[in-house]
Amino acid sequence: MIPALFRIDERKEEFSGTFTLGIRREGESALPRFKPGQFNMLYAFGTGEVAISLSGSPADTGVYQHTIRSQGLATQALARLQKGDAIGVRGPFGCGWPIDTVAGREVLIIAGGVGMAPLRPLLYSLRDKAHGAARVRLFYGARHPDEILYRSELERWADSLDITLTVDQGDSTWRGRVGVITQPLETADINGGKAVAFLCGPEVMMRFCIQTLLTKGLSESDIYLSMERNMKCATGLCGHCQWGPNFVCKDGPVFSYGSVRSWFNLRAL
Amino acid sequence: MQRFQLKAEDLDVLIQVIRAQGHQLVGPVIRDGAIVYDDIQSASDLPRGWKDEQEKGQYRLKRRDDGAYFGYAMGPQSWKKFLQLPRRKVWQARKDSSGIQIVAIEEPAPSLAFLGVRSCELHAIAIQDRVFLGDHYTNDSYAKRREPLLLIAVNCIYAANTCFCTSMNTGPEVTLPADLTMTEVIDVERHLFLISAGSERGQGILQQLPVQPAEVEVKKLAERAVQSAVSQMAQGVRSFDSSDVKELLYRNYESQAWDKLADRCLSCANCTMACPTCFCSTVEDTTDLSGDNAERWERWDSCFTGEFSYISGGAVRADTRSRYRQWMTHKLATWHDQFGTSGCVGCGRCIAWCPVGIDLTEELQRIRELEKE
Repeated sequence: MIPALFRIDERKEEFSGTFTLGIRREGESALPRFKPGQFNMLYAFGTGEVAISLSGSPADTGVYQHTIRSQGLATQALARLQKGDAIGVRGPFGCGWPIDTVAGREVLIIAGGVGMAPLRPLLYSLRDKAHGAARVRLFYGARHPDEILYRSELERWADSLDITLTVDQGDSTWRGRVGVITQPLETADINGGKAVAFLCGPEVMMRFCIQTLLTKGLSESDIYLSMERNMKCATGLCGHCQWGPNFVCKDGPVFSYGSVRSWFNLRAL
Repeated sequence: MQRFQLKAEDLDVLIQVIRAQGHQLVGPVIRDGAIVYDDIQSASDLPRGWKDEQEKGQYRLKRRDDGAYFGYAMGPQSWKKFLQLPRRKVWQARKDSSGIQIVAIEEPAPSLAFLGVRSCELHAIAIQDRVFLGDHYTNDSYAKRREPLLLIAVNCIYAANTCFCTSMNTGPEVTLPADLTMTEVIDVERHLFLISAGSERGQGILQQLPVQPAEVEVKKLAERAVQSAVSQMAQGVRSFDSSDVKELLYRNYESQAWDKLADRCLSCANCTMACPTCFCSTVEDTTDLSGDNAERWERWDSCFTGEFSYISGGAVRADTRSRYRQWMTHKLATWHDQFGTSGCVGCGRCIAWCPVGIDLTEELQRIRELEKE
């Protein structure tokens, strides 16, 4: 499968080392639709490919957005791309968040760090009320106030969306919460029988959030998480993303905790 | 299925008929002190009169006194190198002022014929078929090579000490479909092949051979020869009941056996390269010095390498314990959930070609014993 040719339409520096690319396909105005939670393989010329979740609105059919943290060789090369530069894209791949489960439910969206990126399309989808969620709340923990992704957008959404932000370390301007995200989660008024949770963040953060959610009475099958593993082919053929019996690229990256509990609690799997 | 007998001196007729049909015929040849699979021009290329003696971390060719063509068990290489190429260029790209052009590499797929495929190896090919062709996405390079493949299977008349196909229910008698299936029959009076066709293509080849209907005595001798391989394995130390291995491993992710293994395993990846079903691959992206021409290559990879599980923040499987556990548990347990079969066919290559002599069957036994404690 060869990458399709896209061009950088927009590049936004979110904070130091983390940026969002808006990309359009060369010669095509409409892109294949994606489901919130899916990912693309982005190719930086000559350097390599990397799996990056889609972070824009699923309703926007002309552009894909990807929020990327510059970390390895491929993401560093992607970081150097400017508006108008070419980029290779394969995808979208994987299964997304099970959005059809939210009707009549209390939706808890729980993000840690850049784990916010694959949850943003879900927020876009849930905001239009079409899916019938009874209530939507976002719990978002970032390292630092400067590292809160999509901050101005979240502030605009604050009237219609219940947002709880927390940072590991505040600064002189920060008047909000400081500490781990499980603290506000623990004190929140959650109807465990009615709630469904969508988590993405570092595994350790998800681990503690799951414990909190279980004590709140959520069932294991109502907790969904997005997993990260090394991906090369994204089509279940190269073997890299194996996690127990699962191929994260094609069976995930979104799993219900109930279906993966025995794997999630094993170290170095 | 009607069976015929072909004189050993006419084996070359079979080879030439297959080659005349335009197939690239590959089969066993001796190179660097081992039996490997490579191009076959005539019957004289075959390892006639050789056998392999194998043990943990050990492989030696020895002379046979009966002049058998297929009197060996299993070399270091499997057929997968012809179907899932060890290294191949996937595409190339060029960058200029107008952008990037990416062009897929159209590799010519030879019409391959495999001569001397053992039962466990037919199972291995069937397993790789499931991996590469069995789901929504397929490996097109594999599909192109697999589709025209002609299979000439050979029943085993000899088992190496490392063989345990009877434990994995994959041999030694050929039971999966092959275009032709042969059994070598040798005694003081005769040297011939019992041969039968399993497809129209096989039938077409058989019709061109100087064969005659198999005598009852020859059929009996053939059965006895295969049975001798069964007995060899039954009497060996690697015979075990594999029916509960999946559950055993699922229960023992935290067994101390993994720590003991980690003390010996070198994470060298030999077992994964020698294994006929290991299918993992990675890609390498390169550019030339100008930076304007890029290529993507796919090559075999191994779950024993550090980069294999790399994600931002480091390798998920940072130590040998977790890598060996991944390999063995995948092969014998999670493979069932992924593809509906075990990933192990009992060929024993991972045992013979492990430089420190780790024996998967022995390790299973150790896990079982430690669980009882």
